[in-house]
Amino acid sequence: MNPIHVRDLSITLGAVQILHGISFDVRAGECFGLVGESGSGKSTILRCLSLLMSSWQGEVLIGGENLRAMPLARRCKTVQMVFQDPYGSLHPRQSVRTTLSEPLRIHSMPDREARITRTMIDVGLPLAFLDRFPHQLSGGQRQRVAIARALILEPEILLLDEPTSALDVSVQAEILNLLSDLQARRGFTYIMVSHDLAVVDHMCDRFAVMQKGHLVETLTRGALTGIPEEQARHPYARELIDASIAYDRAM
Amino acid sequence: MSVILDVQNLSVAYRGALSPAVNRVSFQLGQERLGIVGESGSGKSTVGRALLRLLDSADITADRMQFQDVDLLAASERQMLGIRGKRMSMILQDPKFSLNPIRKVGDQVAEAWLAHNRASHKEARARTLEMLTSVSIRDPERVYDMYPHQVSGGMGQRIMIAMMLLTDPQLVIADEPTSALDVTVRMQVLSILDRLVRDRGIGLIVISHDLNLVRNFCDRVLIMYAGRVVESLAACDLDRAQHPYTQGLLAAQPRIGGPRRPLPVLQRRPEWAEEPS
Repeated sequence: MNPIHVRDLSITLGAVQILHGISFDVRAGECFGLVGESGSGKSTILRCLSLLMSSWQGEVLIGGENLRAMPLARRCKTVQMVFQDPYGSLHPRQSVRTTLSEPLRIHSMPDREARITRTMIDVGLPLAFLDRFPHQLSGGQRQRVAIARALILEPEILLLDEPTSALDVSVQAEILNLLSDLQARRGFTYIMVSHDLAVVDHMCDRFAVMQKGHLVETLTRGALTGIPEEQARHPYARELIDASIAYDRAM
Repeated sequence: MSVILDVQNLSVAYRGALSPAVNRVSFQLGQERLGIVGESGSGKSTVGRALLRLLDSADITADRMQFQDVDLLAASERQMLGIRGKRMSMILQDPKFSLNPIRKVGDQVAEAWLAHNRASHKEARARTLEMLTSVSIRDPERVYDMYPHQVSGGMGQRIMIAMMLLTDPQLVIADEPTSALDVTVRMQVLSILDRLVRDRGIGLIVISHDLNLVRNFCDRVLIMYAGRVVESLAACDLDRAQHPYTQGLLAAQPRIGGPRRPLPVLQRRPEWAEEPS
């Protein structure tokens, strides 16, 4: 298990600078949260870390090794991503089996059937679902398939881009439980983007607050639960936390 | 309290579907804020659409669907045109998709007035500017001439509210009015909607999957499961809900400062969809 260091991550698209010198560290085996309003650049950070966007400047180290210098196959085996919308991120004409065996084929990994079986059990889906297509699955089941697809290469780091915001609360509970359980058993490092501070509080010990492409403050869970010495100092971070707590409690 | 809307045993069946999307739902609405909550697919949005008779592809049946002096079941399409957007209007989830991208937002708001009143463009513009001011838009003259892509989500939703309240409706149906908004602007938009609804004595139906929202913002809550109302209670009593489905939904929600144990998962039971409400 390796820690992640992000130093001065910046990206400019056209005339607009989307991220301004983002730096943060994630410990090995930790769940680190990224929060902020829409358009603040939280998802862009994940897209940079997974090199879905590659024109960024700065440095990302995974266990001391430069992310950009890692060979493609090894990078994909180390870092995997789960997307927000399970309705859009699964191929509609590929069965669950095809979706899960594709990464194994690309990485020429042995024992494909055994790995697929194990991953399906890990994410709590019946094996009979292997021959289903995405339209035959509910939202929660689809998100489990998306998580299974990310897990099947046995990565160390999972990038979670709002993994539950497209789901109902009851289904969200199942997916959050699954993610905590996998982390406890397999020691994954998570970077989790969310706009819901209740979810962040449930999953993460530390989180960073983003605003307009700047990382304004890195906080611990105490900032949400009211530990005096861990309170947010930046005015925007405080506004966001206060609004979320007010919304969570009463009006 | 005068009853604005009286619905008895409303059922909606989409043609070709095996079971009805809404199954014998009854409720009354006065000058109050009623929340309808449930998971996706529970039929809550279908109820809202059925009230406005927006469902061409479905069969709507009810013992009674009375909106003030209008029988919504018997009203002709011509009558409905005079009701929709004038006496009963609907705020949709995402202003990005509900505003026309190639027209100035002000003109779109003014159109609501022109569609229902014999008025000059000048008068419609004046009314629009006044309404934009009352949804807390600081510089309405400037905003009037903007296009939807130039306004933020929160401002877009306030423009939608202005458009829907401009004609002085008696009933507003808000379908997930703030789920596309960030938490910092969500409260702002809700309090604006709240103020306008109270001041004008409008009956409001809020359709949402968000228990926090209805708990904080509504007077009364209907909980729907599989097309049925399984429970109806005052919003302040939500913590004392009796039905296991409502209890399960409340428990499944992570809370700030809550314990870190695994969240209780809803165990669905087939009889919830069957037992009479």
